[in-house]
Amino acid sequence: MLTYTFRRLLVALPVIVASTFVVFLLVTMSGDPLANLKGRNPPPSPQVIAVEEHRLHLDQPVLQRYWTWMAGVARGDFGPSVRTNLDIGHEIAARFGVTLRLIAVAVVLALLLAVVVGVLSAVKQYSGVDYGFTFAAFLFLSMPSFWFAVLLKQGGISLNQLVGDQVVYTIGERSVVVDGGAWAQLADTAGHMVLPTISLALISFGAWSRFQRASMLDVLNSDYVLFARAKGLSRRRVVVRHALRTALIPMTTVTALDFASLISGAVIIETVFQWRGLGDFLVTSVNQRDAYAVLAWLLVVAVAVIVFNLIADLLYALLDPRIRYE
Amino acid sequence: MTREIVLEVEDLTVSFPTEDGLVRAVRGVSYTLRRGEVLGIVGESGSGKSVTSMAVMGLLPGSAKVGGSVRFRGQELVGAPDKELRTIRGGRIAMVFQDPMTSLNPVYPVGDQIAEAVRAHNDVSAAAARERAIELLAIMQIPRPRERARDYPHEFSGGMRQRVVIATAMANDPDVIIADEPTTALDVTVQAQVLRALETARAATDAAMVLITHDLGVVAGTADRVLVMYAGRPVELGDVDSIYYEPRMPYTLGLIGSLPRLDDARRGERLVPITGSPPSLLDLPPGCPFGPRCPMRQEVCESAEPELLAASAPDHLAACHFSADLEGRRPEDVFALTSADHPGGAR
Amino acid sequence: MSKNTEAMTVRPSPSAAVVRRRSQGELVLRRFLRHRAAVISLVLFVAVVLLAFAGGALWRHDYADITSAVSEPPSFEHPFGTDNLGHDTFAQVLRGTQRSIEIALLIALLAGLVGTLWGAFSGYYRGVVDSVMMRFADLVLTLPLLAVAAVLTRGTSGSWWFVALVIASLQWAYVSRVVRGVVLSLREKEYVEAGRALGATDRWIIFRHLIPNALGPIIVNVTILVAAAILVETALSFLGLGVQPPDTSLGLLVSGATTAVSTRPWLFYFPGAFIVVIALTINFIGDGLRDAFDPTQRKVRP
Repeated sequence: MLTYTFRRLLVALPVIVASTFVVFLLVTMSGDPLANLKGRNPPPSPQVIAVEEHRLHLDQPVLQRYWTWMAGVARGDFGPSVRTNLDIGHEIAARFGVTLRLIAVAVVLALLLAVVVGVLSAVKQYSGVDYGFTFAAFLFLSMPSFWFAVLLKQGGISLNQLVGDQVVYTIGERSVVVDGGAWAQLADTAGHMVLPTISLALISFGAWSRFQRASMLDVLNSDYVLFARAKGLSRRRVVVRHALRTALIPMTTVTALDFASLISGAVIIETVFQWRGLGDFLVTSVNQRDAYAVLAWLLVVAVAVIVFNLIADLLYALLDPRIRYE
Repeated sequence: MTREIVLEVEDLTVSFPTEDGLVRAVRGVSYTLRRGEVLGIVGESGSGKSVTSMAVMGLLPGSAKVGGSVRFRGQELVGAPDKELRTIRGGRIAMVFQDPMTSLNPVYPVGDQIAEAVRAHNDVSAAAARERAIELLAIMQIPRPRERARDYPHEFSGGMRQRVVIATAMANDPDVIIADEPTTALDVTVQAQVLRALETARAATDAAMVLITHDLGVVAGTADRVLVMYAGRPVELGDVDSIYYEPRMPYTLGLIGSLPRLDDARRGERLVPITGSPPSLLDLPPGCPFGPRCPMRQEVCESAEPELLAASAPDHLAACHFSADLEGRRPEDVFALTSADHPGGAR
Repeated sequence: MSKNTEAMTVRPSPSAAVVRRRSQGELVLRRFLRHRAAVISLVLFVAVVLLAFAGGALWRHDYADITSAVSEPPSFEHPFGTDNLGHDTFAQVLRGTQRSIEIALLIALLAGLVGTLWGAFSGYYRGVVDSVMMRFADLVLTLPLLAVAAVLTRGTSGSWWFVALVIASLQWAYVSRVVRGVVLSLREKEYVEAGRALGATDRWIIFRHLIPNALGPIIVNVTILVAAAILVETALSFLGLGVQPPDTSLGLLVSGATTAVSTRPWLFYFPGAFIVVIALTINFIGDGLRDAFDPTQRKVRP
């Protein structure tokens, strides 16, 4: 088990390094970081531009820039930002937790929902329940996340108006001022999380429930489930102990593989609900053509995705004994 | 000494509605099974032999339509509610499936899966069930059973896995063990192991056994009586000697003729295969389903399906209009030597 | 050993009712037509496409026209109402739909082509070639689609085909994984061995045997890809990083309407509904295609 983990880590490292290079190339190719500066009215003097160029290392050749940047990252310095007072490293660290809790809660919600819906659909295949759930799943996976998020936000506002009190929060990840101790803070954070996590969860749940249904159907038709029935076990025991247990295994891979799209989803959700998380950070950085900020973001996300894939692999090995001995 | 009847199948029919129409997989099977005896059910793929047994166990999909009667010690199984069937399944009638690689759940240790079968039918503690599982593994001659009980299925070879499956089947001292092609997915060298394990199980539980296979060689050594099925129907039924030495149905004759033999009389002779392939069960023509492939086919064979009637002895039944003509005939007398020799060419 | 010729009087074989043999294409079509939701979706989708292209050309207003009717709710003159500048929302929605479909089709073509070739070659040659090619595809897959697309489009004018190009340059990886999987399983088949024994070149085997047999999964995946592509493009446009004004996209229309959801709901709901309908119908069609191409499916009519 330990050697398996170690081998996977070893393979992951060159992938991370390669992705940093690819990411660096992408960003440098994607346009002129100083376009906003040069586009100002009145245009700044050539000396100002030259100083900015130097500060942002734009006067160096690409490979040297990459090396400088990587060396800096190794020290914890993520490079100069277009926004002069911004410490990229600090900002990302601060926002990381915000986005992480959004994604974590959304994943748990989506997973629970997907498993319940998927299993019920499979067990009652071709029934009204199955058709209903199938339609719901397709609807949600065809739903544009931004549209749905705005819809929920609007719903939240209407609900608040109806009740006359702020039941759910629709803006930001927490209130500016919170009276009371830790408990009030927690309640406040939770209240802010309701709508955004529901939005993100419902978008993922669609595809995942279809997958769970397919996986469950596969297992229900397998020989070992037939054998379990032949042993005279109760239907419930067969479904839960034999079918579900094995059908859940692929879900770990699905969840991990979808992690990247969850991040994309977070970008949208944070924009709509005005959370100061990583997603919002990316959009702002891109709009401001802040090359090093975008680079740092891509790097952090790439590492996170790879780490999550690794965790999923380990989880898979834990759940499926056949894999452990490879 | 006639022993008690444990299983009585009477005119069992099974049909499946599919996108292309109604498939009549089993069209009237009847047999009786006594304690301790081995019935071999022989037939090609699609003859309905497996479906018959699945119907007995109540393991067919919900869409299947089952008719006729299956009585286990007097209790009617066809149409019985699942709750009743569950007590019998695995407890009184147990089943061994074809592919040992996929019969066992890959994520649970082998001992747990056997113990599970024990606890499903007996109110015993988990520890007692586990002990019984180890005991069963020992009977099946799995070395170091106590340690091996904690291993996962993929850590066993095919033959050993099948023995684990057989151990599960005999766990609750069943009255009937149904083995559905238990050796088909295994190497020939392993087949003997498995057949011996089945015999051990049968002897230990004094159960009646139904051995389903397409391999006549397997049946010859183990069965007391043989039921030959074709296109969903039994075409010959009798004790093993009658079937092998005095077949009264051309299909049976053909099957025997296509067996490679090592004894002096037949050694060195060419095999006598049956040309053609089994009919589609969607749209059976009137008359004998074996007709199109039968060298003895006459006009009556195309219009009337022969009934199962007594042939050489009262308990030897055959379904052929010309079963009497088959007395003393050998396969090469009836079937062409090769399909190329058959006028009309190979089909 | 005597042949008893009497017993072998041969009679002509009776003509039994023959189950008609159908071609592969026919089978697929029949199975597809059995999938009610897919067929309805196909009809609906075609209707939407016709509406967007033909209807858009024939409609009395152009999407860029500025009329005197400002912020008006739906009426006979303006079925989807107008925005605060006087644009006819119906014309805009049609135009946005056109754009989204054009982009999606271009993405399907590019990603499908590149992905298929990449996956086929990778799966066929295996070994080091496969490792390297698939590592690269994995790399592309690990990057969050929206984010990378956002980064890439920022540097340009945002012309619609560039947006399509950017999204395609990331989505091909999904197709390549699928094709590789299929090719890996197919290459062990006997007809590949036979082909090689006969001296067929690798390219011949790949293009004439492996890829045609992988067509089923390719089509299914590309269809689903199209639906995903539409959602990505509209999301990009929503963030202001996709299609740029004066051109319009359904995403752009929604982003403009987020502040007016309660006051001028027609600006928000119509474009959104169109996105949902398009993506939903394509997804159902893809599901129908998957069922149609999968020979192991066995739906028993209850």
